[in-house]
Amino acid sequence: MSASAAARDLAALETIDLRKTYSNGVQALKGVSLRVAPGDFFALLGPNGAGKSTLIGILSSLVNPTSGDARVFGISIHNDRGGVMRQIGLVPQEINFNQFETPFEICVNVAGFYGIPRRIATQRAEKYLNELRIWDKAHQPTRMMSGGMKRRLMIARAMMNEPRLLILDEPTAGVDIEIRRSMWQFITGINRAGTTVILTTHYLEEAEQLCRNIAIIDHGAIVENTAMRTLLGKLDVETFVLDIRGSCDALPDVPGVKLTCLDAHTLEAEMSKQHDLNSLFAMLSARGITVTSMRNKTNRLEELFVRLVEQSSSGSKVAA
Amino acid sequence: MNDMRTDAAINAGARDFSVARANAVALYTITRREMRRMLRIWTQTLIPPAITMTLYFVIFGTLIGRRIGTIEGGFTYMQYIVPGLVMMSIINNCYSNITSSFFGSKFGRYVEELLASPMPSWVVLAGYVAGAVLRGLLVGIIVLGIALLFTSLRLAHPLVAVTTVLLGATIFSLAGFINAMFAKKFDDIAIVPTFVLTPLTYLGGVFYSVNMLGEPWHAISLVNPILYMVNAFRYGILGVGDVPLWVAYVVMCAFVAVLGTIALTLLHRGVGLRS
Repeated sequence: MSASAAARDLAALETIDLRKTYSNGVQALKGVSLRVAPGDFFALLGPNGAGKSTLIGILSSLVNPTSGDARVFGISIHNDRGGVMRQIGLVPQEINFNQFETPFEICVNVAGFYGIPRRIATQRAEKYLNELRIWDKAHQPTRMMSGGMKRRLMIARAMMNEPRLLILDEPTAGVDIEIRRSMWQFITGINRAGTTVILTTHYLEEAEQLCRNIAIIDHGAIVENTAMRTLLGKLDVETFVLDIRGSCDALPDVPGVKLTCLDAHTLEAEMSKQHDLNSLFAMLSARGITVTSMRNKTNRLEELFVRLVEQSSSGSKVAA
Repeated sequence: MNDMRTDAAINAGARDFSVARANAVALYTITRREMRRMLRIWTQTLIPPAITMTLYFVIFGTLIGRRIGTIEGGFTYMQYIVPGLVMMSIINNCYSNITSSFFGSKFGRYVEELLASPMPSWVVLAGYVAGAVLRGLLVGIIVLGIALLFTSLRLAHPLVAVTTVLLGATIFSLAGFINAMFAKKFDDIAIVPTFVLTPLTYLGGVFYSVNMLGEPWHAISLVNPILYMVNAFRYGILGVGDVPLWVAYVVMCAFVAVLGTIALTLLHRGVGLRS
């Protein structure tokens, strides 16, 4: 195998039976094995307390693993912590910069911690603060910035070492939709340019739209790890909410579709994925009901997520 | 084969050089950040010691000192207490700088910027210690400048004075760092200065010669590490001291080695930082 082929085969992230038990006895990770391919946009999802932040903490050297290993582009956290850190950019869940410093100072200092000379650091700070549209606040103390600006600053800061693996731990929490979209635009661009992205988020529609592969973690164990498309393909039933014109009293009996009248102008249709929508519309139309608009009741990924977590929880209870 | 070895050696050398260069940049960055922090809050870091020491010089040096007359070696009381007061301000400022800065970074969680970076632990420690030592030196220079408004001094042994200041400043920077690592709340960084540092400083021969004390107080005073720093510095400035110089250096170097090892081990293990 050629050297370049070998480099391509190296996983951006590989965790091997990673375990973490905190001093209070809580088992946060129970043998997590995961592989993220280089260049991937990977979703790591799980309910609160599932172990996501512990896993990210181990990767970013903020949490010591109890056992197991994690390798970033082939470098083990046990053998070369510094080497791993050089590959990673971290956007943590909580604001963790000095609120008395300016965004420019924060970015340049963090670059310095990575050994990047000041001349290059100032160029990068200007570049990323500009790209994330906070350059006009670059020399103001960060405590005067809004929540959305602080979130964007954390992304700019994580980019200072131009990482090969960018880890985003709920980066859009509490951010308005406009800023959230601009952040995703930036991160998608970074991913297209070759940076591997691992994302945790509670906005599942974002994960569905952006990520190509997904792992769901619950109670410290991976309960699903597959391609996003494969996972979504497992969803056999979908529920739609239809806004209608006409009387809800005269609902047709459509085989394979469960219709429920939510109010005078709203109808809920639960149907298998094999069932086509045309026949439903035709039957509704025959009863004088016009569908004016339609939407999914819940996001598809959200529906799967809830099911998997519920299954995992009931399994845990049985095991316990 | 030989060529391959040569290439490997060159690559290893280049990697070592780039790591060393990266560490130098990181060390400079932490030190610079610490200095900027200190200068940004100069009304809290530079002015208070200047005012406190001016009061000491006026009250103890001028008003009370005039009645005391000369003390060891024919020096006026004012001249005698200057080295101790300079050392006292250096020690206090090194300690408070590193405790407040490092604990502040823990409290505000921006210590994670350091922990999640490729910097080795010794660079983090050296950067914080360098920042604290520089503040100590700056305060020491200010206090010495104020002292010269009240009295005249000659520098008897410049090398002794400089090395003593550096060792003393390093010792209390390391001690402050260890305190900050264990601290969980702001009270925890105030306890040691109030209940340990201040009494040790006052009983460390700043205002008097320990030779004036009877037993067992003289013997007890010799356990106080600050005594060795104050007297070594006094020897560097005035040429007189209560303890042999070599003993002072052995004590100071031992403290640097022990505290440095403890601080580095704690940092490496992430005590109070990593879960």
